[in-house]
Amino acid sequence: MSFYGIVDGSEGSLKNFLSQLPGVDQVGAEARAAMLATRSIKTTSKRWAIDTAISMVDLTTLEGADTTGKVRALCTKAVRPDPTDLTIPSVGAVCVYNDMVLIARTHLDSIGGKHVPVAAVSTAFPSGRASMEVKIQDTQDAIDAGAAEIDMVIDRGAFLSGKFGLVFDEIVKIREVCGDRAHLKVIFETGELVTYDNVRKASYLAMLAGADFIKTSTGKVAPAATPPVVLVMLEAVRDFYAMTNRRIGVKPAGGIRNTKDAIKQLVLVNETAGPEWLTPEFFRIGASALLNDLLMQRMKMDDGYYASPNYVTID
Amino acid sequence: MTFEYAPAPESRAIVSIKPKYGHFIDGKFVNGRNHFATINPATEEVLSQIALGSASDVDKAVIAAQKAYTKTWSKLSGKERGKYLYRIARILQERAREFAVLETLDNGKPIRETRDIDIPLVAAHFFYHAGWADKLDYAGMGKSPKPHGVAGQIIPWNFPLLMLAWKVAPALATGNTVVLKPAETTSLTALLFAEVCQQAELPDGVVNIVTGDGSTGSAIVNHAGIHKIAFTGSTEVGKKIARAIAGTNKKATLELGGKGANIVFDDAPIDETVEGIVNGIFFNQGHVCCAGSRLILQEGIADEITEKLKARMSKIRVGDPLDKNTDLGAINSREQLAKIHELSAAGDAEGAERWSPSCNLSDKGYWFAPTIFTGVTQAHRIAREEIFGPVLSILTFRTPQEAIEKANNTPFGLSAGVWSEKGSRILWATQQLRAGVIWANTFNKFDPTSPFGGYKESGWGREGGKHGLASYLKEGK
Repeated sequence: MSFYGIVDGSEGSLKNFLSQLPGVDQVGAEARAAMLATRSIKTTSKRWAIDTAISMVDLTTLEGADTTGKVRALCTKAVRPDPTDLTIPSVGAVCVYNDMVLIARTHLDSIGGKHVPVAAVSTAFPSGRASMEVKIQDTQDAIDAGAAEIDMVIDRGAFLSGKFGLVFDEIVKIREVCGDRAHLKVIFETGELVTYDNVRKASYLAMLAGADFIKTSTGKVAPAATPPVVLVMLEAVRDFYAMTNRRIGVKPAGGIRNTKDAIKQLVLVNETAGPEWLTPEFFRIGASALLNDLLMQRMKMDDGYYASPNYVTID
Repeated sequence: MTFEYAPAPESRAIVSIKPKYGHFIDGKFVNGRNHFATINPATEEVLSQIALGSASDVDKAVIAAQKAYTKTWSKLSGKERGKYLYRIARILQERAREFAVLETLDNGKPIRETRDIDIPLVAAHFFYHAGWADKLDYAGMGKSPKPHGVAGQIIPWNFPLLMLAWKVAPALATGNTVVLKPAETTSLTALLFAEVCQQAELPDGVVNIVTGDGSTGSAIVNHAGIHKIAFTGSTEVGKKIARAIAGTNKKATLELGGKGANIVFDDAPIDETVEGIVNGIFFNQGHVCCAGSRLILQEGIADEITEKLKARMSKIRVGDPLDKNTDLGAINSREQLAKIHELSAAGDAEGAERWSPSCNLSDKGYWFAPTIFTGVTQAHRIAREEIFGPVLSILTFRTPQEAIEKANNTPFGLSAGVWSEKGSRILWATQQLRAGVIWANTFNKFDPTSPFGGYKESGWGREGGKHGLASYLKEGK
């Protein structure tokens, strides 16, 4: 087997490849992310950024207390984020647990939301602690129910103990299950990987194993999608594109709650990976509360004042 | 559609610039003569008229400084002097935005840098030295070290207010009084600082500011009432000062030119190294004496770094210095721009390969695109002479020893940088390098607690930190 002609999937070849990646200097990476956070995005560019960010939101509900009613409401909002303003784009996807996929898909289809894909978290999300059989079945179920995107978690325990081959094999197997029926997003849980060097290694591991997207976090662990983590991942997809001519997407998730944070992410994309990544095809933001803040900022730009939060819907 | 950043200009309404300025002598603004224009280098707009200080203006300032030294400043305890410095530091913080905007207008550097780097560092220098004022017994200069008296200070145009702070804060903390001359093209923030001295009720004559050109500076250097010279500027002028004060009792610190080597080993953290290279040479339009203007790359990664550097340079935003998103502002003066053009042309003529990203440069004002030269050797002029602009010369090396030899093969010795993920290699390299400031895995980082200064033709003495105090004090018993 060969993966992009770069590794053969064996433990040895992965270790070789990952160990020759340049290191990440923590201070330097954080300084660069902090500098990009000073970009001042105003007027027309802010307007464009808000609409672009809305179209990139993976509108998410991942609670033990999720109900069919809540998922349907989420889907309604995903298609028309503000029912009083139809110029607002639909979000990038709806992201739910496995058992809610069919409910979401059916409801989306029934309200004119065929264009909004359903993403399912998979492989024993959020911990990833289950047998491979269960992880495969989990993924298969979600795809059969209509999920067009699979957000899998990696086995962080295996990664941290240096068993790169194990992590790689799991991603390859889930990739096979997805085939061409579903896009594969690979979640690292960067808050558990801790170092930027690990984030860079995990990024290459996932890309080589066939990920379509690399994703920071489950949203269950803090810190999550911090700007320097996203910076390192954006550098990885940029350099991977130069190596293989294949463009991999990036999805920060967790902790991006307001418009300012979302725009900072878009600036990071623009000045690191480049404008080619500034589409929902290659950049998504996993969030729930963010959408309302984007809508309120959009209203403020139209009306010149901040509306009461009661002008946006709570679910 | 692509993500274009709409203009985000900082308002200039916060500053009020007078049509004409005099000097600040003995606590008062006094009229000057023979005015010349100071302009905004980004637009060539005339901002104000600055007085050309004569020998008699300098004389008045020195007399005021002597009087203040003997009558008030030397009689105050360190604790009392410290109070004034703390007060100045706090006022500078309160008026930070005003200073940032004014500095950007007069100098051409981007507001992002004046706002986030220059002015915060200025306040930090005053705070730091305020803390020293009552602790000079512990400065390593013996018990009760004494000030020299009147310090004559001549500062450059690249960091106008920051260089003022580097000079004035330690002088006042140690009990000296000051006659300061700002650079010809950038006097406005020094004159606003004079207002801060009044606002802080600093005793009259402790700080005197005389504006002017080289002749004014020469009058300061040669004045018999000056006990200590502090100069930051070119090596050429530094040598003249050294000649002028030879045989006198005048003490001097000189911060002069540089041709900093930035050495990148093949185990460097590549992405952060590229950031550091950009920061090393394009920070402040390369108008930095300690700029990393010679990039020395290990051959195995030279192509990769150069490619990534070019991609990164394409993202540098050149334009209106008052725009909050501008990374590279205007060249400070027509003369400096001509010098950058001249040396770059020499690079072309000597066969180095020039590259710049495409930039929309304004017709008005003084602009130079960020530029790199590859294929540079030690024998090229652009590897030897200080360009003092956004122009980087790229050389390569094969063995660590060769890197050190190339880095040290210069009459200068102000700064150097080492990039490697291997600690032992960094320690080895930094021990071999002959430079006053060496950064590892970063570049152009400044802090008031850290001494700054050069080897060889980059200068005498140190500024900042405990070491910097020594040049303003006579050893105590």
